[in-house]
Amino acid sequence: MYIPFFSKKQDPPEFYKAYAAQFSKTNTADFDTARFIIFDTETTGTNAREDRMLSIGALALTGNQINLASSFELYVKQDMFSEEAAAIHGILRENRKYKKVTEEEAVKAFLKFIGTDILVGHHVGFDVGIINYALKRLGAPKLKNKFTDTGVLYKRTVHLVNITNPDKVYTLDDLCEELNISRTDRHKAMGDAYITALAFLKILSRLKGNKKLKLKNILLN
Amino acid sequence: MKNTIAERVADFLKRYPPFQFLEPDSLLQIAGQVQVLYFEKDKPIFKEKDTNHTMFYVVKDGAVRLFRTVDNEPKIADICDEGDLFGLRPLITKEDYELSASANEESILYGIPIDLFLPIALEHKEVSNFLIATFASNVSDPYSLEESGKLFTEYSVERNSEIFDLQKARYSKNILTCSPDTTIQVAAKKMSHRNVGSIVVIDAEKPVGIITNRDFRDRIATGAHSITDPVTKIMSTPVRCFQKDPTVAQAQLIMLKNEVNHLCITEDGTPDSKLLGLITEHDIMVSFANNPVVLLKEVKLAKRTKRLRDVRLKVSRLLKKYLDQNLPLSQILNILNEINYAIAVRALELSLKKMETPPPCKFAWLALGSQGRKEQLLFTDQDNAIVFDNVPEEEYEATQAYFIKLARIATRAMHKVGYAYCPADMMASNPRWCQSLSEWKKQYDIWITDPSPETQLLSAIFFDYSYVFGDTQLVTNLSDNILLTLDKNPMFYRVMAKDAIRSPSPLGFFRQFLVEESGDHKDFFDVKARALMPLIDAARVLSLNHKLRNINNTAGRFERLAELEANNKEIYENCSYAFKALLKFRTKQGILHDDSGRFIELATLSKAEKLKLKRCFKSIHDIQELLTLRYNLK
Repeated sequence: MYIPFFSKKQDPPEFYKAYAAQFSKTNTADFDTARFIIFDTETTGTNAREDRMLSIGALALTGNQINLASSFELYVKQDMFSEEAAAIHGILRENRKYKKVTEEEAVKAFLKFIGTDILVGHHVGFDVGIINYALKRLGAPKLKNKFTDTGVLYKRTVHLVNITNPDKVYTLDDLCEELNISRTDRHKAMGDAYITALAFLKILSRLKGNKKLKLKNILLN
Repeated sequence: MKNTIAERVADFLKRYPPFQFLEPDSLLQIAGQVQVLYFEKDKPIFKEKDTNHTMFYVVKDGAVRLFRTVDNEPKIADICDEGDLFGLRPLITKEDYELSASANEESILYGIPIDLFLPIALEHKEVSNFLIATFASNVSDPYSLEESGKLFTEYSVERNSEIFDLQKARYSKNILTCSPDTTIQVAAKKMSHRNVGSIVVIDAEKPVGIITNRDFRDRIATGAHSITDPVTKIMSTPVRCFQKDPTVAQAQLIMLKNEVNHLCITEDGTPDSKLLGLITEHDIMVSFANNPVVLLKEVKLAKRTKRLRDVRLKVSRLLKKYLDQNLPLSQILNILNEINYAIAVRALELSLKKMETPPPCKFAWLALGSQGRKEQLLFTDQDNAIVFDNVPEEEYEATQAYFIKLARIATRAMHKVGYAYCPADMMASNPRWCQSLSEWKKQYDIWITDPSPETQLLSAIFFDYSYVFGDTQLVTNLSDNILLTLDKNPMFYRVMAKDAIRSPSPLGFFRQFLVEESGDHKDFFDVKARALMPLIDAARVLSLNHKLRNINNTAGRFERLAELEANNKEIYENCSYAFKALLKFRTKQGILHDDSGRFIELATLSKAEKLKLKRCFKSIHDIQELLTLRYNLK
């Protein structure tokens, strides 16, 4: 892809180097020991390249436990504003209820939080894209974490016989419905991350069933 | 940092005890440290004998079953639903799990770290009250059981603050000490001689350090120090100190905060003044977790009846506390009966010691009436009897004389403890109720085959007996014979059933309460005769008919009947529940007015209480109807 401003390889910024350096060690985690970061972003729109993040919510999950003490929730200052999107996530341009940070601060804090853990999201490609474009604006390469997607994983749990439309895309709301998860705080980054985390746990238990499922089998990259 | 999920968790928790008593800030602080756990159906959360997780659990979604494994079969102790709390007790008592827990259905739990919760909890009286209630019973959430019917909950006595916050911590004043130049070996010998787990090192009466068993493990057994070194090498220093008379809550907070198990009491609360005492973690545990256990121990060690009386008075206070905590009545009954039973046994042991000769033959001491049914909560009369082994005719008189003498001593002791003499003289000291096995058999045969008005009066007392002391075989033998005779005389059931329906429904035609029309208690409602007795009588005749053994208490009888007769399950279960509610009501009335609680002044009841009493009466009506049909009484 040609991007005029970063056509020549730059030396990545310090914060990214520190982040990238952690990946040198080989990772041999399994389901019980692996740490998953379930995350979601609220944005000004649905175009990963054009739109900007307004908030990031992330939770850490190990085994079957979500530890609320290590969670991540930030609201981001942006010049761009979209009325349509605001109607969905309810984040206003000026809101005194929570402190906002700059995009740079948010991305740095996020990289620090996730380390080398496995990222999980619903339609995670979009959220990873949002972060990657933010990284790019800071002159840094893309995320290096392994990731997986609850939308894709859920599809694997549905028996072939029951698939009426093979191209169906499962929304997070569909998952709430199917997996019996309460929709409190839907369309808040943190709320969606929490819902996704519960969905992830339930999907995993279905996928595991009686077979031996290996961690690498659920990763998408 | 803002945490949306923690806020949701707090929103959820604040709907349930004990979290509802916490301020929003404390609650949010706890919620922010919560672990959210997901369990598939039947996945274990913890197992018996597992070391405790450092957190306890609240069910967010789904349900969890708590069970014990008996002979490889799981026996369910409790099912926890949304908002119920479990796995807390082992954290406080620092024990391993006694029960196993598994997800009964797909469940989401909140795990709450104890280290965070406890200091916050101890600052709140209501929370610590809740914790005590949890300790005292084996159920995970004492509020959930009987609260489901919300019976008599408006009855609120002021919560007993002295229980926890203000109660002074007990500590030992006779402390084992040594000087700083003592060798480790000498200190260890001193400790083992006194059989204690710690020794305080003092210099000019001021505490400079402490050595506990743990130091011997960590610093001597590991070879780090030699036993000929002075104690100063291995002691922990400085010691944590506190001034005189700390409360239980204070002492525990300090221990928690400093992660120590011992606390020195000094004159001015600093290590620079004279050492006065030592509080150990054990002292704290004893003072708030295991009151009934301590009382039982006291009973077993009592050398004089006066001591037993002290215990019985303490039991009364314990009862009040439990009622204030709104513990399930079945739990209260269990605990109090254990202690009452132990008191009776001890009183008999002491009485036997006063006899000049050992008993001439085997005998058993029986408790009758409410004691026999194990439903005694308040002080009541003593009803008891002795059955002794068959002896040759020429020895009969002397043998009976011996046991009557024993009974006199024992009933006097019981009287001293606080059980009044029976006005109708239904006590083992009466020759009529102190007989040999064969005489007793004859007596019961007469009652059963030739029922008279007297029988009906006596049956209420004599068909509810339970073994207290002595030879169990005699009692089993007697029961066998009674059931056999009953088998041949089914008419007797009819007589008993008739007796059970003799007091009509407690409500008049206009659904008003029927009150006493004359006598000392004019215009009072007799809760015993009109509400409790019909249930007790019904349970007795039905369980005799089913040949139920070893279940004497009315609630238990109804529960057992519910298992046996599936078609009447609902009636029996309602009766069991109504009985417990009424008994609790009577007990509370008794405590309030310092009497037997039998007569209730209707004017003092709130409208809600009256309504709830009436609800219990529905069960009485139903069970009386069942008896009428079954025994053809119309």
